[in-house]
Amino acid sequence: MEQTEPRSSARRVWRWFITNILRILLAIIVPLITFIVLWQGFIFLRDSEAPKVLVAGVAIVWGVGGVAALFFVTNWLVEQLPDVWVRHLQPYIFVGPAIVIIFWYLALPAIRTFIISLYNRDSSQFVGLQNYVAVFTERFMMEAFRNTMLWILIGATFSVVFGLLIAVLADRSRFEKLAKSLIFMPMAISMVGASVIWKFIYAVRDPSDPQIGLLNAIVVALGGEPKAWIQLVQPWNNLFLIIILIWLQTGFAMVIFSAAIKGIPAELLEAARVDGANEVQIFFKIMIPYIMGTIITVTTTIVIFAMKIFDIVIVMTGGQFGTEVIATQFYRQYFTNRDFGLGSAIAIVLLVAVIPVMIYNLRQIRNEEAF
Amino acid sequence: MAKHKVQKKQTSWLVDGILFLLILLWTIPTIGIFISSFRTAYDIQTSGWWAIFPHREWTVVTEMPIPEGLDKNGVMEIEGAKGTFKEFREGITTPDGRRVIWIGNKRLGKIQIQEQRWTMRTDFTLQNYQEVLVGKEYEIRQPDGSVKIEQGEDLSNAFINSLAVAIPATVIPILIAAFAAYGFAWMRFPGRKLFFIMVVAMLVVPLQIALVPILRDYTKLDLNGTFLAVWLAHTGFGLPLATYLLFNYINGLPRDILESAFIDGASHFTIFIRLILPLSVPALASFAIFQFLWVWNDYLVALIFIGAKPDVQVLTMRIAEMVGSRGNDWHLLTAGAFVSMILPLIVFFSLQRYFVRGLLAGSVKG
Repeated sequence: MEQTEPRSSARRVWRWFITNILRILLAIIVPLITFIVLWQGFIFLRDSEAPKVLVAGVAIVWGVGGVAALFFVTNWLVEQLPDVWVRHLQPYIFVGPAIVIIFWYLALPAIRTFIISLYNRDSSQFVGLQNYVAVFTERFMMEAFRNTMLWILIGATFSVVFGLLIAVLADRSRFEKLAKSLIFMPMAISMVGASVIWKFIYAVRDPSDPQIGLLNAIVVALGGEPKAWIQLVQPWNNLFLIIILIWLQTGFAMVIFSAAIKGIPAELLEAARVDGANEVQIFFKIMIPYIMGTIITVTTTIVIFAMKIFDIVIVMTGGQFGTEVIATQFYRQYFTNRDFGLGSAIAIVLLVAVIPVMIYNLRQIRNEEAF
Repeated sequence: MAKHKVQKKQTSWLVDGILFLLILLWTIPTIGIFISSFRTAYDIQTSGWWAIFPHREWTVVTEMPIPEGLDKNGVMEIEGAKGTFKEFREGITTPDGRRVIWIGNKRLGKIQIQEQRWTMRTDFTLQNYQEVLVGKEYEIRQPDGSVKIEQGEDLSNAFINSLAVAIPATVIPILIAAFAAYGFAWMRFPGRKLFFIMVVAMLVVPLQIALVPILRDYTKLDLNGTFLAVWLAHTGFGLPLATYLLFNYINGLPRDILESAFIDGASHFTIFIRLILPLSVPALASFAIFQFLWVWNDYLVALIFIGAKPDVQVLTMRIAEMVGSRGNDWHLLTAGAFVSMILPLIVFFSLQRYFVRGLLAGSVKG
């Protein structure tokens, strides 16, 4: 085969062009087709009158099977092509769906929400940064910011302190497994469920009736007056809601700290003991500095969690009695008041708050050798 | 992790004592609603759940009509107790430890003599669960003696919906993420780095940011109120973490496995299905539990994308609704809360090891 240089390079460009077209097709068209088939199936299922269990069962098989089929069919199609093509296209079968979905559900919405936040309440008029001015000046937003700060400061601090305390204690106890497992258990409970649990503890009844809420029963037994803890004494009623977060998150902190503490070399602790350090000194001078990285990670995670707290407030007070937080204000502005501009601006504020963590995460992967 | 071994667990009563107190503090709330969910509505309204333990309580010894010839507006003497009507209504304790109490109004009341006795309230029932699950009408005895007819809740339906949401919303992201993780770890292609940066950048993005635009898309596609809408949302929000965790795991598998498989002529797809997936089971399981608990316990995403359609509502939505509409029906709320917790608790206790492993691998989620 005699081929001149220009023709072969033209061919290369041609092939490059075709492969890229096909890549785009694979990454977008194929998920799109799957989506349309799934979607039509669901419209059908939604409108059908079949028994509940059957509809749910079919839905599960349909959904999971559909996604699996997507991978098998596209891969089979590509593998029919010549080897070179397979090499160029196959990676996009593997990563394409994930990329498209993450882009559609997270990356693109961030930009779209930002654009919506620059418009007025029904997105009909451009208002510039006016919504952001409202976010940082309106009274109800000030209350939400104050309360969210309380959630972050008190919630994160106590979760971390209790988590650390329990991790250290459990490490020295014979009941380590049992203790950790029980303290960790609230992690499995939804915030809605946890709110019911704690609402029962804070339940209040007429002073002449027996108190069925544990807290008021204790208060009455000690000679006090029963109180409506989550409604009165603002802003301290927020504390009673924050306790729920602490109850939920301490287990998480404890598990991570426990693993970190077990990673401290025994020789290090031994050496300190030989030098005459007591247990308290060992804790503050050796353990804490050694696991500082973990403490920062756990704190950051709980701070982000507390910043977005929503379920607990909605279920416990519905945002009344001065307990509104940022995430509930986002919901209220967007879905109750239909003020799309302001709601979006609040969401953007939440996003901006996590950008430092995002940058930190990106720095981390740059240091890893794989990239 | 095995570096530091506590050579011998020295028993310190102080350590065990403090730990025991903390455990008590952490478990009592759950125990409280668990016990209450088995108590009758009458018992729940008239006593705290701790009344199931032996305790001293005023118990009625005798009951009698109001003695004749009393000056009801002045000071009266009944059964050795002296006081006005108002004091008798509250109950007057006599020196010998009995309590005389006037039940009812001035004219048509009766007198009860009570004594402090050891009792336990052990009138347990399954009716609360029947009532929240089946949704028929039930008769409930009230503290004042009357009987109220009460409409039950249909949580069994919501339970099925929760399953129908949570199972695919767990499997689909894992499947997609596993493919993507393999692609990032073992394949070289243009855009690899850029795409991976996007995955990592999206790890901590708050999902609030996505609700508004996605809801608009769903409205255009007529998707609101379908399971698909919620699955895809959970898939989208869970994918960055899933991809990142699975990438870390698959990337750490020994390279020579892949090379020898390639020499044998296996394709990427075959290697992935036959080799990588089975090897990744621990990581897949870790993430599966994580995601399942997350989706099952989620309230916000369901609230927004399922909305007010009652026949597709999941458990968390129904429980939250019950707190609003039947806030004082503790016999229903406690049973309902427990129905919503039972599956996650089983998953949690039976697969705790994997769950912890998943948490340790990475715990930031948007």
